[in-house]
Amino acid sequence: MQENAQKILNNPKFQELVARRSSFAWTLSVIMLAIYFGFILLVAFGKGFLGTSIAGGVMTWGIPVGVAVIVSAFVLTGIYVNRANGEFDELNRQILEESK
Amino acid sequence: MRSLTNRIGATAAALIAGFVPVAAFAAAVEGAVQKQATNYEAIIMFSIFVAGTLGITYWAAKQTKSAKDFYAAGGGITGFQNGLAIAGDYMSAASFLGIAGLVYMNGYDGLIFSVGWLVGWPIILFLIAERLRNLGKYTFADVASYRFQQTPIRTLAACGSLATVTFYLIAQMVGAGKLIQLLFGMEYLWAVVIVGVLMIAYVTFGGMLATTWVQIIKAVLLLSGATFMAVMILAQYGFNPEKLFQHAVSVHAKSGAIMQPGALISDPVSAISLGMALMFGTAGLPHILMRFFTVADAKEARKSVFYATGFIGYFYILTFIIGFGAIVLILAPDASGAFPFLKAAPAAGTLASPANIIGGSNMAAIHTANAVGGNLFYGFISAVAFATILAVVAGLTLAGASAVSHDLYASVIAKGRVSERDEIRVSKIATVVIGIVSIFLGIAFENQNVAFMVGLAFVIAASANFPILLMSMFWGKMTTRGAVIGGWLGLISSVTMLVLGPTVWKAVLGNPAAIFPYDNPGLFSIVISFVGIWFFSITDNSQQAQSERKLFEAQYIRSQTGLGAEGASAH
Repeated sequence: MQENAQKILNNPKFQELVARRSSFAWTLSVIMLAIYFGFILLVAFGKGFLGTSIAGGVMTWGIPVGVAVIVSAFVLTGIYVNRANGEFDELNRQILEESK
Repeated sequence: MRSLTNRIGATAAALIAGFVPVAAFAAAVEGAVQKQATNYEAIIMFSIFVAGTLGITYWAAKQTKSAKDFYAAGGGITGFQNGLAIAGDYMSAASFLGIAGLVYMNGYDGLIFSVGWLVGWPIILFLIAERLRNLGKYTFADVASYRFQQTPIRTLAACGSLATVTFYLIAQMVGAGKLIQLLFGMEYLWAVVIVGVLMIAYVTFGGMLATTWVQIIKAVLLLSGATFMAVMILAQYGFNPEKLFQHAVSVHAKSGAIMQPGALISDPVSAISLGMALMFGTAGLPHILMRFFTVADAKEARKSVFYATGFIGYFYILTFIIGFGAIVLILAPDASGAFPFLKAAPAAGTLASPANIIGGSNMAAIHTANAVGGNLFYGFISAVAFATILAVVAGLTLAGASAVSHDLYASVIAKGRVSERDEIRVSKIATVVIGIVSIFLGIAFENQNVAFMVGLAFVIAASANFPILLMSMFWGKMTTRGAVIGGWLGLISSVTMLVLGPTVWKAVLGNPAAIFPYDNPGLFSIVISFVGIWFFSITDNSQQAQSERKLFEAQYIRSQTGLGAEGASAH
């Protein structure tokens, strides 16, 4: 185990995996936080915009914007899982294989 | 069942108007309620649910042999199943009845809440889900204490877990008692005892496997029921939301204001503070974190969050539609020109007051079920609402029992020298004790305002559990001293500020003005905790601290690659 750990640490693929996965995860986190806190700030300061009618009906911009925030959360998790369970896990598998 | 004869003092409306941020966390039903006529359809359907889940518990009991089976369902739950179970933990009676009620009363503001409840999930996935799965065994304390001194960290984590679980449980027990009066027409005491006894049965006999399946079944029933309601509502308007909204605006006393943000978020500090408590609190709830140890590996853990986010998001969109459905079905006259769900019909030529709803705003979704699906469906939704509480408390109880047996007993008291059999025995004893204690707490708090308690649970989870968990995984320079001082600072400051704030100091204790100005102290207590961890780690130059820092590398490799991680047990 100790020896495996040392091999992993010295494997350039490990550094690559960590760098790629971390930057991807943090990028998506920042996007999600920006969307959410952007929405909250819009609620606090941009009530006018969210209350504006779309196409003259009673439907306001607030509805699609709110629903879009919910959908964006789901889409972002999908994007992450897709890449992590494919590309990153394959790299991870190689690293563990090479450490034996 | 349409003629709900007894009239109920709806303090809920006042609560929603005044303390929305915490009230929306709230137990299902607030304020005094009066027992309704006995609802046999609901009782029969609930009995079928109980019979089915006890059957599952019997099956699960036969599979549950080792500690890994008991705490983590043998690690054999799939990502999809776990996603449903996590969603089930999250779709509590409060979020179903509470958010639908909020939309019914205020329209758009309900959606703002839903969003806040959801966005924590992607963050959990991106930053902690796979590390948690790779490092942990049965409880989040396994992860938080990975390279530190076991006794102080486990004690802190167990206290954080038990505090979170206790406040959450009280809110759920009181909610169950109120709901059974409204929905089943049975006594308060019955609800508390039924919930207490069943949760003991599920957890002691069936462990995590039974707890997970009870949650999955409930999640499927709730999602199906809510889908049916939303479809029936939209069908009346030819699946054109614009027409539904038009009708709602024309009958709601607030008129066009229900289509835009209202008074819910007045100052950004409160809003951001609430958002932080929701987001980080979710990532610190012990009964949710436990679910990550029930899947085979990091891959399945990621899938769990993906499915959970999808189900929860879908569910919130449904509750929004149901809330608008409630507006048109409750506030507009029915085919015979009557208003069956209001305490009194509005005077001719005036709009009905939403606050006039029978049973308070939390009943909006239930009345809507009656209006779209008749008595039988009304019974079904009532039974599902009650089953929801049952499933959530089972998960909470298991999390509390694990904190006692795995963290306090096995690690702190017995210092790891304990057999699996003894540990499971302690866990089962703890389950029975927690069950009995929550029955008594449920009785003791019957007439108390418990709305703030779920908020308190979230704030503690966000300020004590989450910072030590996150920092232990991400920051190699953290030491035992920093974690312990920072964690306790977070726990104590969050409780103190909440008690001195408007929700407790003013609303519960009846003082004229609050000492701490904000409803939600999350923004402050979370920062205090993180700064505490940072400062008391960085200034820690002890021998112990040096060796703890050296251990980070091995932990880091395991957290990234899963080398040496717990696998699924084979059977």
